[in-house]
Amino acid sequence: MSKGRFGIFGGQYVPETVMNAVNELDAAYEKYKDDPEFIEELKTLYRDYAGRPSLLYYAEKMTKDLGGAKIYIKREDLNHTGSHKINNVLGQILLAKRMGKTRIIAETGAGQHGVATATACALFGLECQIYMGAEDVERQSLNVYRMELLGASVTSVSEGTSTLKDAINAAMRDWAENVNTTFYCIGSVMGPHPYPTMVRDFQKIISEEIRAQIMEKEGRLPDCVCACVGGGSNAMGAFYDFIKDESVRLVGAEAAGLGVDTDKHAATAAKGTTGIFHGMKSLFLQNEFGQIDPVYSISAGLDYPGIGPEHAMLHKSGRAEYLPITDEEAVCAFEYLSRTEGIIPAIESAHAVAAALKIAPKMSPDQIMVINLSGRGDKDVYSIARYRGKNIVNS
Amino acid sequence: MNRIDKALSELKNKNEKALITFITAGDPDLETTEKLVLEMFDSGADIIEIGVPFSDPVAEGKVIQEASLRSLAKGTNLNGIFEMVERLRTKTDKPLILMMYINTIFRFGTERFFGLCREKGIDGVIVPDLPFEEKDEIRSYAEENGIIPISLVAPTSHQRIASIASDSKGFLYCVSSTGVTGTRSSFKTDFDEFFGEIKKSCKVPAMVGFGISNPEQAKKMSAYCDGVIVGSAVVKIIAEYGKDSCGKVGEFVRSLKEAIL
Repeated sequence: MSKGRFGIFGGQYVPETVMNAVNELDAAYEKYKDDPEFIEELKTLYRDYAGRPSLLYYAEKMTKDLGGAKIYIKREDLNHTGSHKINNVLGQILLAKRMGKTRIIAETGAGQHGVATATACALFGLECQIYMGAEDVERQSLNVYRMELLGASVTSVSEGTSTLKDAINAAMRDWAENVNTTFYCIGSVMGPHPYPTMVRDFQKIISEEIRAQIMEKEGRLPDCVCACVGGGSNAMGAFYDFIKDESVRLVGAEAAGLGVDTDKHAATAAKGTTGIFHGMKSLFLQNEFGQIDPVYSISAGLDYPGIGPEHAMLHKSGRAEYLPITDEEAVCAFEYLSRTEGIIPAIESAHAVAAALKIAPKMSPDQIMVINLSGRGDKDVYSIARYRGKNIVNS
Repeated sequence: MNRIDKALSELKNKNEKALITFITAGDPDLETTEKLVLEMFDSGADIIEIGVPFSDPVAEGKVIQEASLRSLAKGTNLNGIFEMVERLRTKTDKPLILMMYINTIFRFGTERFFGLCREKGIDGVIVPDLPFEEKDEIRSYAEENGIIPISLVAPTSHQRIASIASDSKGFLYCVSSTGVTGTRSSFKTDFDEFFGEIKKSCKVPAMVGFGISNPEQAKKMSAYCDGVIVGSAVVKIIAEYGKDSCGKVGEFVRSLKEAIL
């Protein structure tokens, strides 16, 4: 069995042209991940540039309103660039620098990973090329302009479903062409080994901070941690340090779009089957002949037909549970958190809030729930208004 | 003896280069694909790769991506392709290879897939997203059924060339350049160095593919190795002429074959 396995999932299913690059990255990551200088540089960037540690906020109004578990919100939305994506990007860009790569490419769905990548490239003076599905370019136009402002070139991908999956295809083709100079900065816990492990390692700081912060505030571990799952990087980050603590219930909120019983959803754990795509063996939404299904979600960041291989393993083993959340539930949660706590969440993160709205009332007041708020929602305001039938764009 | 090995040893005895051509199954429909396969064999192709369409072919350039989508839109699937292969086997005994993405094998059922390959008359498979490290995914099933999984090396394979080449069966697919499939006007690879490295450890014929689009390129590239693989240039003709492409494709394949003689 090849490298990077999570049970049967994971592996390195990529064309030969990029296989050497994948191996070089693996070697570089193995070399630097425990290197004191690398760790120190990353820590300094996390603290002084990204604004870590992110706050763990007691959502008192929400707690009282729901009448169940005591709710804390991990404020990844307060990181520089507005989401957890910066944690991973800073790690990968430091690696790229050490590997002598001069050009960075990345895919992006909601634009959060693209913005984080463009930001780090601006900081380190690297050429940056972002691939984004044409539909996402349209629904996340604010982030497109942010990336351009940061000096990145954004290519709109109008193949297939014109969303995240197609942006990844385009990035993989670019990588195959320019593999000698180019570093592919994958944004989630997906793709060929070492990405799922490496990205998880760069994101696990979320759960490590939650542990320290909740121990300080409550003197004990949470009973439940909730996070949204597209590819699954913020969820892996929020879950990882708690996997060994059986008492901590881990809940991933995945995009159910118009409902898991329609053909318009992206609920991979609920409806997916094992397959091999985008470099990994994992769960995918696909037909009986292995053709990847077109998927749908109001959230560009969750609109992906697969899930990271470690999530596939956690799902199969039952260690984590995955709850489908519809567009309507996510939008209601988006509005609820805005009004109740004065926090506008990303529509992706609103899926985690929606899961919490279902679970927390059934828990007892002496229990603790942590919601990982992976990103802020400024980028979504226009599309949520449109969803509610309001046109707020000046033309 | 596998038909691939047989065909290649006959060519070797005649001191001839091999011509391998690719078309996407079901583009524009399976009936035309069947005619095109026979036409290409008649026109001098020694081995034919039949592409199984995939929704997300990450190793392909625009031409084959679009052919894949056209074929899928027609409802092409493996069942239909195997039926076509069965019909073809009543008319030709030349080597047929399926070129396909690993998910289309895995989801169909790897054991069932290779069993049908043997039953219907497929001789080899090329799986562009299954690198050397993951070959165990299919190896035992392929071997049990006498199907050859064709290995690929690329200019970026470097120190991996020796292990891949020495392990290869049937022939070694040598990718001419970085990037995806599709016609190219020029190549940046140092072919003397690339094939020099390959020949040190390769015990089977070495074929070059990716970007070869005309007889001149085919002639030039075949000098380095044992044969050439032409795909996108053929698919382009089919994209233009559809069901009426047989004559044009035959003409093009003849011009390729003449160039490498």
